[in-house]
Amino acid sequence: MRLINMRPARPGAVLLAAVPFVVLLVAYSIASDMRLAANPQDKLLPAPATIAETAQRLFTVPDKRSKEILLWQDTAASLARLLGGVGISAALSLIFGLAIGLLPYARATLSRFVAVLSMVPPLALLPILFIVFGLGELSKVVLIVIGITPFMTRDLAQRVMDIPKEQIVKAQTLGASSWVIAARVALPQVLPRLISNVRLSLGSAWLFLIAAEAVASNVGLGYRIFLVRRYLAMDVILTYVIWITLLAFVIDWLLKTVSRRAFPWMEAGL
Amino acid sequence: MTTGNDMQRKQKLLATALSVGVLSAFAAPLAAQEKTEFRLAWSIYVGWMPWGYLEDSGIMDKWADKYGIDVEIVQFNDYVESINQYTAGAFDGVSATNMDTLSIPSGGGVDTTALIVGDYSNGNDAVIAKGAESLADLKGKPVNLVELSVSHYLLARGLDTVGLEEADLASVINTSDADMIAAYATPDVEAVVTWNPLVSEILGTSSDAVTLFDSSKIPGEILDLMVVNTEVLEANPNFGKAVAGAWYEVMGLMAAGDEAALTAMAEASGTDLAGYKAQMAATEMFFDPAAAVAQASSDALPTTMTGVAEFLFDKGILGEGAPSADFVGIAYPDGTVTGDVGNVKFRFDTTYMQMAADGAL
Repeated sequence: MRLINMRPARPGAVLLAAVPFVVLLVAYSIASDMRLAANPQDKLLPAPATIAETAQRLFTVPDKRSKEILLWQDTAASLARLLGGVGISAALSLIFGLAIGLLPYARATLSRFVAVLSMVPPLALLPILFIVFGLGELSKVVLIVIGITPFMTRDLAQRVMDIPKEQIVKAQTLGASSWVIAARVALPQVLPRLISNVRLSLGSAWLFLIAAEAVASNVGLGYRIFLVRRYLAMDVILTYVIWITLLAFVIDWLLKTVSRRAFPWMEAGL
Repeated sequence: MTTGNDMQRKQKLLATALSVGVLSAFAAPLAAQEKTEFRLAWSIYVGWMPWGYLEDSGIMDKWADKYGIDVEIVQFNDYVESINQYTAGAFDGVSATNMDTLSIPSGGGVDTTALIVGDYSNGNDAVIAKGAESLADLKGKPVNLVELSVSHYLLARGLDTVGLEEADLASVINTSDADMIAAYATPDVEAVVTWNPLVSEILGTSSDAVTLFDSSKIPGEILDLMVVNTEVLEANPNFGKAVAGAWYEVMGLMAAGDEAALTAMAEASGTDLAGYKAQMAATEMFFDPAAAVAQASSDALPTTMTGVAEFLFDKGILGEGAPSADFVGIAYPDGTVTGDVGNVKFRFDTTYMQMAADGAL
């Protein structure tokens, strides 16, 4: 039997999926144990029990000074920035993607520009962003937008151009205007792709968000991580990392579900 | 089915390989024992430039050879990361301030000794505001700084002098030192606390920038040190001797105004000789080992360190395990201890600086 035809049975598959997680956890526990045996106050690899205690405290105990639970404040601030940035990017990429894909004039004007723009490393432009957009919320959202819009636009434009010419011609013979072709032929075909683009770009969006929060901020998940790094509070950092991973996973799952419900015909491509 | 077993074996093998890989990546902290190879970490700051020069000029190698050891000096671009790496056990020593030594390695249970007291900040750290007259004008305004750093401490000490507290400010906004100059140029930033060369850059480029408070008002409180692992130093006195010997040879060159050495340091810090000398003017360098010994043995040091510990505890930096500001014990050259005598993790030791002063190296 060929390797490519060997499939694990259902319980086996679940077990196999768990293996890397268990291996990672065990490796971490052993390494943490070794370091704590050498120095009981070691901060680099806190014991899993310590992380659990810290997590419980972070999620439930209000800060002494502000009387607020910082983790929820940080989460709310970061999610607002992230969703704002990703939402604006999705809208922009849809508009420009459709324009570039359908209109030869827009394509001639913008497609090269977007291609070049998508190669610019946005983090290197941070000082300019600060001076133009200030140090507040705006510059953080703008960083995400600049970071992920060009690549989403390029992909969507390509998808629009991949639509069979016959469909466009047919719509025209039925009397459809450019606007109707965009709204009734192209849009339904690229919307599922837009959602999968959002899913793919969420990783970069988180990266840009955390980078922006590390630079100038007083609330946010990335802010807290970089702040407590100053005293190597890895128990706090690891709690935040696990929390961010969980949030990202849930958002991804939600988008996947929405996509499945809304565009059942695209199931195979998701 | 034999192939299935093969698969399982491969899976196991892979798992073992993976866990071994992860484990070796987190090698246990350096064990304290006699050894011949040592690693120091340093980052760019006016008072620490000699460390880079020590490595490049071969002076460190010369002294290490004399004592039959090998000392490697590694430059970090990120100050906090260099201290974290030292705390995690990847280095035997690191250049750090007294405050950051107390909060990161000592607070993290790594017994650390200040081998060399290099200088204190005498104006290198400053509170700068746009068009304000005095610290009292900061009331109700936002202040941008690297939170929990020496800048934060300086601000707290400054606000103290005019009877204000951090709560009287509109907010404290954590701002990366790398972006401080760009931040100051934006209209919504009203005041910053930072250090040189950023201070001179901001004062030089903005006409309305006013220095409201600087570290020359709190002399001897922000100390720039070379701290090393106490156990490593105890097991290897030659390490201490070689490092102290090499350091004070370069201090001698600097005190004599050796142009070649100073120019090399100036260029390494991204400025020219004149710019470096201007920063040196705001830094009280201890060229003479006897002066460094005097600073480390000064009566004011325990008071300063107690104040620093209280500041750190107030900000929650000593960690959740810290029941009070006295949680970490600090030992001074005369044997006195402030804080918890049972948990001494920070030691000021003048042994090797004294040897340098006595010409015994």
